[in-house]
Parts: sequence; structure tokens; C-alpha cells
Amino acid sequence: MALSPLTRRRWQYFKTNRRGYISLWIFCILFFLTLGAELISNDNPLMISYEGRWYFPVFKIYPETTFGGDFETEADYRDPYIKERLETHGWILWPPRRYSYSTVNYDLPVPAPSSPTWENLLGTDDQGRDVLARLIYGFRISVLFGLVLTLGSSVIGVIAGGVQGYFGGKIDLFFQRFIEIWSGLPTLYLLIILGSLVQPNFWWLLGLMLMFSWMALVSLVRAEFLRARNLDYVRAARALGLSTPKIMFRHILPNAMVATLTYLPFILNSAITTLTSLDFLGFGLPPGSPSLGEMLAQGKNNLQAPWLGLVSFFSVGLTLSLLIFVGEGVRDAFDPRKIRR
Amino acid sequence: MTKNPLLSVENLNIAFGDTLVVKEISFDIQPGQTFALVGESGSGKSVSALSILKLLPYPFASHPQGKILFDNHDLLKSNDKEIRQVRGKRISMVFQEPMTSLNPLHTVEKQIREVFELHSGTSSHTQILDLLKLVQLKDPEQKCQAYPHQLSGGERQRVMIAMALAGQPDLLIADEPTTALDVTTQAEILKLLSDLQKKFGMALLLITHDLGIVRKMAQKVAVMEKSVIVEAGTVKDIFIKPSHPYTQRLLSSEPQGTADLLPKESSILMEVQNLSVHFPLKKGLFRRTTGYTKAVNEISLSLRHAETLGIVGESGSGKTTLALAILRLIASQGEISLEGHRLDKLSSTEIRPLRKKMQIVFQDPFSSLSPRMTIEEIIGEGLEVHFPELETSGRTERIMAVLREVGLEESMKTRYPHEFSGGQRQRISIARALILKPKLLILDEPTSALDRAIQADILQLLKKLQKEHALSYLFISHDLKIVRAISHQVIVLKEGNVVESGACQEIFRNPQHPYTQRLLKAAFDMET
Repeated sequence: MALSPLTRRRWQYFKTNRRGYISLWIFCILFFLTLGAELISNDNPLMISYEGRWYFPVFKIYPETTFGGDFETEADYRDPYIKERLETHGWILWPPRRYSYSTVNYDLPVPAPSSPTWENLLGTDDQGRDVLARLIYGFRISVLFGLVLTLGSSVIGVIAGGVQGYFGGKIDLFFQRFIEIWSGLPTLYLLIILGSLVQPNFWWLLGLMLMFSWMALVSLVRAEFLRARNLDYVRAARALGLSTPKIMFRHILPNAMVATLTYLPFILNSAITTLTSLDFLGFGLPPGSPSLGEMLAQGKNNLQAPWLGLVSFFSVGLTLSLLIFVGEGVRDAFDPRKIRR
Repeated sequence: MTKNPLLSVENLNIAFGDTLVVKEISFDIQPGQTFALVGESGSGKSVSALSILKLLPYPFASHPQGKILFDNHDLLKSNDKEIRQVRGKRISMVFQEPMTSLNPLHTVEKQIREVFELHSGTSSHTQILDLLKLVQLKDPEQKCQAYPHQLSGGERQRVMIAMALAGQPDLLIADEPTTALDVTTQAEILKLLSDLQKKFGMALLLITHDLGIVRKMAQKVAVMEKSVIVEAGTVKDIFIKPSHPYTQRLLSSEPQGTADLLPKESSILMEVQNLSVHFPLKKGLFRRTTGYTKAVNEISLSLRHAETLGIVGESGSGKTTLALAILRLIASQGEISLEGHRLDKLSSTEIRPLRKKMQIVFQDPFSSLSPRMTIEEIIGEGLEVHFPELETSGRTERIMAVLREVGLEESMKTRYPHEFSGGQRQRISIARALILKPKLLILDEPTSALDRAIQADILQLLKKLQKEHALSYLFISHDLKIVRAISHQVIVLKEGNVVESGACQEIFRNPQHPYTQRLLKAAFDMET
């Protein structure tokens, strides 16, 4: 896709904002690294060569019997017996860290939660699970959740705002009143109540939160459509005989996109915050899932183990700050007053 | 003249950042004199005027060299406190757009009182009333309590002038004081300005692009082009024998000539019978319809092939509403037929195939082009709707042809609208309409956002296109000179009603209705 000169100039301007640009890079690196969390931090080896054949436990479950064990269940590669068999009959390629988010380290020198050691760089939590591994997985799920939620709520918000603004009149009046009532609902309580009716998983939570988060962009896009529908070039397009959806998408939406894009990092931020707070309260993702909010709750419950609180505080803080910095950079880059000179 | 000039600008340079926007201009204004600064938009005339009162965005703006001597005192060297003593009291200013230069949250009285209190410390109701009477505002007692949005454009400009006069200045700077106003109001305001000038013996620095105003008002004139003064002298000299080519071009760009003769066997293209557009007035909690604003009231007209029908009237007379109603872009009652098709009976989908026969060109060339599409996309969009069977190569070919036809270069097709000047953008708008090979082109004030010289070019182009394609034009304008130069027939609108209609020459030579007479007088003699 060829970038328009304006987009190129905006990108140039964004680059000159060092804080935003560096934040974007750091965030992207962290995000892509954690996307492959299973390859970085896992209690299953990446690859095993056993009796001349290759196995990939990261991608496939092998029963213990495959490696000469006794049980039909999945092989536990941390089990000293299996480990020894594998090492004598072949070799194992481990990921850099040998802990998954749910791996319990049973040989801790002190009772869990244990303080940072070379084995567990950020210590373990109160169930003996590696904090760094949980952080990697938790960051990934938070960001992914945030991204999907942001995308979903933007699409719904832009469509709702566009329809209201373009058609105006009764549709607009009705939708506006509906949004006023809908946005008056106490979101967090409703999520908690709904969460007690169903066992919330990633998709349930996403759906529930999507019901309340799409309104952020509506007023913005609606205002832009209201303004633009009477512009001469929209009139000209109608006089040309263009169909309504085409006018909305091709002529008006690009105007609204600037405002929308500017908002996205901030919506992403609030999505992450909401998920974290739900997890913190214990109404979020199912128990045992890695998440930033659950780590914060652990930190609160185990004040004698300050590494839990500190790690979760700094990781949430860093994530949100990076996104805010990127957001500020994007906002300035789209600001026509700054870009013109 | 050996008198000491009131204001003397010497070799003034103005720079924004590193770019010089005004280069070494010099002029003198004697007490009581009217001095006009003429030039097209972007030539640096407003900036020069603003620099006299140091109203530019310093320190972004700077003056690398030059002096502005007012009463032998260099204004550029004076500090903020000294310049405030001059602003409003010795030199005051009237701006172009009276709506945005008045504070929308204050009443007229409060705004004028502020000026009085700043400069004399006291103010009384009678003083303010006297001033409003002086600028001939009707019902001054009542208008004192009005907010700017409750006044008409002319009334707002009178209030602005009253505010400027409150300090009894020696020099009044008027920056395009009548550009935003209708012709009749324009004539009134100009008369007021020259009356007041005589009464107080003020000097007047008039900034304008309209040579008619200059000829009427000024004694001396300086012509600016591209940030330099190219010619200066008395109005008589410059109008009789302009020496600089730019001035000559400005003078010759006044619209001239008449419409070309119609082919004899021209048949009727479009007919409109009793067309009305009523906007409901709604009141109360349940928004009940309590009455109607009759924006267009039972208008009938007919247009033949290759004919131009001029529609004239002041702003708010329903000209644009009429155009939009004919195109079925807003709801209306009445019959509209185009080549025998009854447009008013068709639904919005049924009318779509007919849209290629009637196209529109809007007034503002900046808002009528989608800013995020290239010229090729903008012009080709209509083809996509009406000629979907056309291959890419065929489409490009037609885009190229139409670009050449409106006098643009083919290489321009990949550029975006903001890279073009106003005149070029208007050509693009015309190309967008023309590529569908329409029969009827509605031109809604196509030239009023453009400078005179470019207006003349666009008119030339329109006449040429009409001849080649037998196009019919519905030409909407408030500029009677341009209407005279292109129309065969004219209708005069006032408050949604037709007050006079007939052959163009006939109406201009012998107007019947008093309203038409008033319009013509204001437009051609600047008199009320």
C-alpha cells in the first residue's frame, strides 16, 4: 500500500517525538516476544530427540509411555525419571526458561512465596509458581485482550456513530437517548453480576466488556459525520449518484479516522486497566490463569513478599505508560496545527 | 504636498519564520486621506496592515528592516504599553468578517462600553447611543441589548465601525470591510465610511481586492503583488494609464462581454413548475411544527439547451436551496422535469441513472473536493457509478481528456486537492461534473471565492465548454457583473420569491422591480 504524502509526513513527525517512538519500539518488541511465550518460558521442551526420533512437546502432547514411562497421561518433562531416560537416549532442547505459568517449583529452598533466586529470577508466588513466567503470559493475555476489545469496540463505535451522524433526525435522537441510559449502567457491577451467572473465560469477558466499551468513540464519530454530511464534497458525491454506504465509507469516514486513531491507544489502555481490575477483584479470568490483576492481588495478600507487589506494580505501570506515550505521539502527529509547518 | 504625513511606512519587511512575506514596501498616508492597498489574496496586504498595529504573532513574525512612522514616532520600536496607547485611540481597525470579530457572548452595548472605558475611563449610555446613531444603526436603543448573532451582517459591521470610532482615531484601517456583505449592504457601508471620514477628518487605509471600491473611495492607491508594491500613485493616474503589467491585468479582468447567441432551434431541456421548499419551524417540548420558513416559494422556470439562466439575489434569498431542490438533494414540492422525465416522481434509486445528466459545481473550491482523494480518484468517481463497464484504460483516457479540456495538466492527476490553488480546484470541480457528459450544469457561485483575474479565466472556460458541448447552465451568483457576462436569461430572487425575470440584456438595461433597480445600482455604482 502506498502511503499518502500526508501519512508519510505524520509518520515523520511521529518519529521526531523520541519518547513516543522509543515507547512504540519497546512495546512492539515486548508484545512480539510474549506472543511466543510458549517458546520462551515453558515446562515442556522445545524439541526432543529420543531413540533417533524427533518430538516437539511444545506443539503436541505425548503420553509418558512414549518415553518409556508408566502412565498414559501427558509426560512431565521435569520428572527426574523421564528426564534421565530422555537424556540417556537422546537430547532435549529446553526453552530459555523452564517454567510455564502454571508450573509449580517443588524444590524451593524456603516456603512459597520464595524470594528471587537465579532459578526464579523474580521469585515465586504463594503457590510456588515462577513470577517471571506468569508475567510473560499475563502481559500477553492482557495486551491481546486489550487489542481485541479495542478493535471490536472501535468497529461498533464507528458504525454506530456514523449511522447516527449521517442519518441524523429520529435515528440520532433515539440512539443518543439509548446511549445515555446504557452508559449510565454501572459497568463493573454488571460485569460482576453477569460473571457470577456464567463461568467467565477470555471470550465471555470480552463479549461482556464489549457491550459497554463501544460508546467511547460514538460521540466523536457522530460529530464528524454530522459536520461532514453537509460539506460540499459530500453533496457533490450525492449529486454524482453515489450510494449511501459508499459516501459514508469513502468520503466521510476518512475524516473521522484521524480522531479515531488518536483515541485508540487510550482505549487500549482503559481496556487493559479494566481487565486488570476485574482480575484483581477476582471476577476476571478463571482461577489459575496468568494475569496482571491476579499478580497484583497476590502482592496485596503477601505483603511480606514485596517482590510480588513490586513486579506487578512496575509491569502494569510500564505497560500503561508505554501506551500513553505512544498515544501522545500519535495525537500530536495527527494534530493539523503541529504538522503544517 | 509638503504636509507631514500621518503615517509613513518605509522599506518595511515582514518575515514569518525565515520566509519574507512582505518585501520593502513604502507608502505615506496624509491626514484625512483615503489610501487603498489593492492586491489579490496572499499578496501580503492584510499582513502589512496588521503590522502597523503590531498585531502579528510575534516573535514568530519579525521585521528584519523598515520603519512605521506614525506622527514621527516609530511604532515598531515602541513597547507594548506605548502601542496600546495608539491602538483604538489613534489608529483603529475594522475587520473583514464581522461575525467572528465581535465577541458572541457580549451585548453590543457592553462591547462598545469596553472601548470607551479603555480609552477615556468613563462611559455613559447616551454616549454609546450617540455613537450607534452616528453609524446609522436602526433602533439603536433596542440594538444595544442585542447579541452579535441577532444582527445582520451589515448591522454587525456598523457595530464594528462604531467600536473603531469610539476612540476618535486619526487613522482607520479597514481590512476588506465589505467583502463578506451583500452588494446593497456593501454600498451602504462604503457610504457610511466616507461620510464618517469627512465628518471626523480621519485618514482611511482601505484594504481590498475590489477595484470598483478603490475607484469609488480612494485618492491614492498602491497595488501589491507577491509581497511587493508594484505600482503606486493617485487613483486617477493608475486607472487611466496603469504602467505595471500586473495592474493592467487586474484592470482588464473586470468581467466583460455578454453571453454567446443561442442556436435558433434550441429546445427545452428542463422545466420547473411551482417548486417550493419549506422548512418547518418547530417549537416547544414536543417539537410541534408551528409554521414554515418558505425558503423557496412556488418558483417556475424553464431552461433551453445551451442556454444560461442566471439566478441573482442577496444571501438568504433561496438561490442555493433552489439548486439543491432541482437536483433532488433536498425535499421539495412541485414539478421538475428534465428531458421529459418527471424527476419529482422518482425515488432516490430511480433517479440515480439520471444524475449523470445534471451536475453541480459548488462555491467553495476548498470544501467541495474530498481532501483525502487524489484528483484522479475524485474525477473518476462518477464514471465508476455511471459507466461501470468502462475498463481501467478507458477510464484513465477519459480522465485525461477532461483534465485537458478544463485546462489542467495530465501529470496533476496523482496529486491531492490541497496542492492546488483556488482557481485550479474550481477547474477540478468542473472536470468532475463534466466527465459524465451532463446536459445541465448547476453553478452555485462558482467564482465568488476567487480573485478577479481568475474569475475571468473560469468564465472564459465556462463559455468555451458551453459552446462545445451545448451545455445548459443554471448560474447562481450575487455578482451581477459576472451574471451579465454569461447569462441569456435572468431571474431575480428575493426571500424565496421571483420578483423579476426575463432576458438578461433587458433586465440589466431596464429593470422594472424596485428591488432589482436597487441591486443594480449597488452593484454598478456602489450607491444606495
